[in-house]
Amino acid sequence: MDLDLAPRYIEFRAECRGWLDANNPGRIKSMDTADGFEEHREWERVLFDGGWSVPGWPAAYGGRDCDLIEWLIYEEEYWLSGVPGRVSANGVSLLAPTIFNFGSQEQQDRFLSKMASGEHIWAQGWSEPEAGSDLAGIKTKAIRDGDHYVLNGQKTWCSRGAFADWIFCIVRTDPDAERHAGLTYLLVPADAPGMERRPIGRLDGEPGFAELFFDDCRVSVDHVLGEEGQGWAVAMAAAGSERGLNLRSPGRFMAAAERLTDLARELKAQGQAIDPRLRDEVADAWIRAQAYRWQTYMIAAKLMDGAEIGSEASLMKVFWSEMDLELHATALRLLGDHGEVSANNDWLDGYVFALSGPIYAGTNEIQRNIIAERVLGLPRR
Amino acid sequence: MQFTFTEEQDMFRDTVRDLFADLCPPEAVRASWDNDDGRVPGLWSALADMGVLSVLAPEDAGGLGMDEVDLVRILEEAGYAGVPDPLVEHVAVAIPALAEARSGLVGAAIDGSARFAVSLAAGGAYVLGAQSADHILFESDGALSVIGSDGFAASAVESIDQSRRLATVEVTGTAISLAGADVVLAADRAMLGTAAQCVGVARRLLDSTVVYVGERHQFGKPVGSYQAVKHHLANVRLGIEFAAPLVYRAAWSVAHPESHDAVTRGRDVSMAKAMAADAVDEACRAALQCHGAIGYTFESDLQLWLKRGWALAAAYGDSRQHRDRVADALGI
Repeated sequence: MDLDLAPRYIEFRAECRGWLDANNPGRIKSMDTADGFEEHREWERVLFDGGWSVPGWPAAYGGRDCDLIEWLIYEEEYWLSGVPGRVSANGVSLLAPTIFNFGSQEQQDRFLSKMASGEHIWAQGWSEPEAGSDLAGIKTKAIRDGDHYVLNGQKTWCSRGAFADWIFCIVRTDPDAERHAGLTYLLVPADAPGMERRPIGRLDGEPGFAELFFDDCRVSVDHVLGEEGQGWAVAMAAAGSERGLNLRSPGRFMAAAERLTDLARELKAQGQAIDPRLRDEVADAWIRAQAYRWQTYMIAAKLMDGAEIGSEASLMKVFWSEMDLELHATALRLLGDHGEVSANNDWLDGYVFALSGPIYAGTNEIQRNIIAERVLGLPRR
Repeated sequence: MQFTFTEEQDMFRDTVRDLFADLCPPEAVRASWDNDDGRVPGLWSALADMGVLSVLAPEDAGGLGMDEVDLVRILEEAGYAGVPDPLVEHVAVAIPALAEARSGLVGAAIDGSARFAVSLAAGGAYVLGAQSADHILFESDGALSVIGSDGFAASAVESIDQSRRLATVEVTGTAISLAGADVVLAADRAMLGTAAQCVGVARRLLDSTVVYVGERHQFGKPVGSYQAVKHHLANVRLGIEFAAPLVYRAAWSVAHPESHDAVTRGRDVSMAKAMAADAVDEACRAALQCHGAIGYTFESDLQLWLKRGWALAAAYGDSRQHRDRVADALGI
């Protein structure tokens, strides 16, 4: 074991920091508003032109072939620098690994660079009104008709779905098959005829997600990712790949913990006494961010040695989502009666967003079942 | 730069784990409760023969010349096996301090012929293993000294964990000063070693409980198939998953003073102890709850690790005290 970064990584960190500081656009509108979405798309383009949109990808698609450790360092610097969030995150972290694994050469060439540049912003269309935690209960039908599928059904809780250009969906291509069988991973353009989308107001009122209605919506068979009928395996493979790390890197929470300690230090400097329990919570948040960091570095090292992670990703998801929530709750407690004031209150916005963490990407109850059954080996029933 | 353990580090850990499994099964731990010294017969000399006692002693002093990164994994295994002997005090604290002070006692410490107990302010009122110790290394006025058994009086204090032979100690003779040994570093090593043991104890509690809830049936099904039980144990696994990397991280900080000043080292050690103490506390609660009434019996071996867990979570500072130290380091 040797935890000191090699010189080339230290140089890489400085390069990241330098570029981000020089190109920081400052505060822009929420990505879940129509204007803010386009401002974020412009930021994606700036990142892409600088070569910092998808550093872990091959250069052919706009990346710089970074290894996992470089990627983790990049993420640390990204979030610490205070640049805007990533409107492309759903595509880059959830879809791209699947395209790399299962996409044809033609699909890779067609989709990846445009995803990296922000020309295509992707939303996820997996959940349905009757298929949330029980994802295998998907009912949206896609029946083959010549070189198209004809889609009928409904998707919901589609994050970024109100403004996205493309949706990556799981649909039922074999209506006689049940549960995990007969599903297909299908890429659906947002302007496909027969698809209607309705924004759903999130807790904060912004159209953070959408529901999609398919009424004889026609989608080309070229847009199947992997094989017809293999949608479940195709979708789940990404969770077991090294990119299972990608959804929420430690850098995001290290930066938030840093800002939380800054807040506590500022209050102290202003002469405000900090409740010992809150001081304890601030330290706890900072410690947990560091724990997540070192756990991730150690997992990344194993992946770089050729190991695979699968269900361990569930441990990470539960940990970061609950850490994030506690961290923001602590900040609001520190702010006291200022906490509820909504204007320019990043902590409040962050808290409201963090509340969704234990729900999205598989609820933490489902994740704990996975930990118990697949990591610990407890009986399923 | 290497963020995982080397093959040699893994092999050394495996060898010691096998030795503990062999010489220190639960029956041996229970049998040691009736010994005068509370130790497992034969274990100390086997550890000396294998070099485990001398992990932190430099090679020119006859030791293995390894560092805290190697040691924490051994101590994790000691926690897993429930080893009653005061390994942290002797191996992680006394030997490197003696070596740093160039004390002539190092040789006897690493061959196991002299047994050391440790009394640090950070360790509180009671001294583990004092009655069977040949020497006590103790803190006084911010400095370390050592004194032989003819120079102190130890009065036994019973711990709930019968493996932990505690005593209050009164120094009556003249001690030898250990100039050159750093008392804050000694305390950090004690905290780090205890954190590693906490992780091992938590792993053992989890493993035994996973086995038990897979075998125990109620309502015609294994109790481990119920979601309430699953979520308790998933939480224990989470605690361990995120405490262990901080223990390894802290070991690295302690082992590399050239790149880690005392404040950084103390912060890293306290992060590790805070998370490890919370992990073992949660493991104790969940293990007992998931065992149900059988876990509450004296007969069940679960008590070996429950009581060790309670004791070690608090030893050398509980999680709140360590978070307080982290908060100090962060300037809040």
